[in-house]
Amino acid sequence: MEEQGKKSLAMVVMSGDMDKLFGAFIIANGAAAMGMEVTMFFTFWGLRAIKKNVATGKTLFGRMLGAMYGGDITKANPSKFSFGGMGRWMFGKMMGAHNVAKLVELRDLAVQLGVNMYGCQMSMDVMEIPQETFIHGVKEPVGVGFFLLKAQDADIQLFI
Amino acid sequence: MSDDIKVDLELDLKGLLCPLPMVKVSQNIGSVPVGGVIRAVATDPGAMADIPAWAASTGNEVLSADKQGTEFVFLVKRVK
Repeated sequence: MEEQGKKSLAMVVMSGDMDKLFGAFIIANGAAAMGMEVTMFFTFWGLRAIKKNVATGKTLFGRMLGAMYGGDITKANPSKFSFGGMGRWMFGKMMGAHNVAKLVELRDLAVQLGVNMYGCQMSMDVMEIPQETFIHGVKEPVGVGFFLLKAQDADIQLFI
Repeated sequence: MSDDIKVDLELDLKGLLCPLPMVKVSQNIGSVPVGGVIRAVATDPGAMADIPAWAASTGNEVLSADKQGTEFVFLVKRVK
């Protein structure tokens, strides 16, 4: 699939904020549409964006984290004006009114367009979020070395 | 002048916002033959910048990009 001279984009997605995830997936989809090879490396708060709506956690703290920061991408709150979920609802309404695609639709479109998504193995271990809780299309976990290899060869590198 | 260009595919992009107009053109360009033309109608003003940028990046050609009232009409030629 990889063509000679194909441009590429490598992105770290650390944030789990709704607004930042919108940015991440819009850029990823745009780049994929423009024929670029796209790598998204999800770490820490970003992991929920590629997770199914299932419970996670083995230890007490892991289960607490799963309970407090659980669910899936539809639970992402805006980084400002969150108001305990009201902000998410309000932005959802506003975006719907302007016909912007839903975050989950943009994420699924990215899978469809062949965007390469990876979970960060270390943060998956720390947060007790295993590979089997991820949506279909997420590749096997990798580490920072793999990301850096992709990033150093990429034409565009982003940290979100 | 664009009247004599044969259109192979009509794409309705009305109501779609960034990045979807560009994504839809990208997803459909393969369904016209090389040298074929897509006529796409969008309502997102951002498409006026994005679709030519997509063409420049992918090596395809925007034959015309016209604002017609509230609509933006593109003729996109598949080059390769």
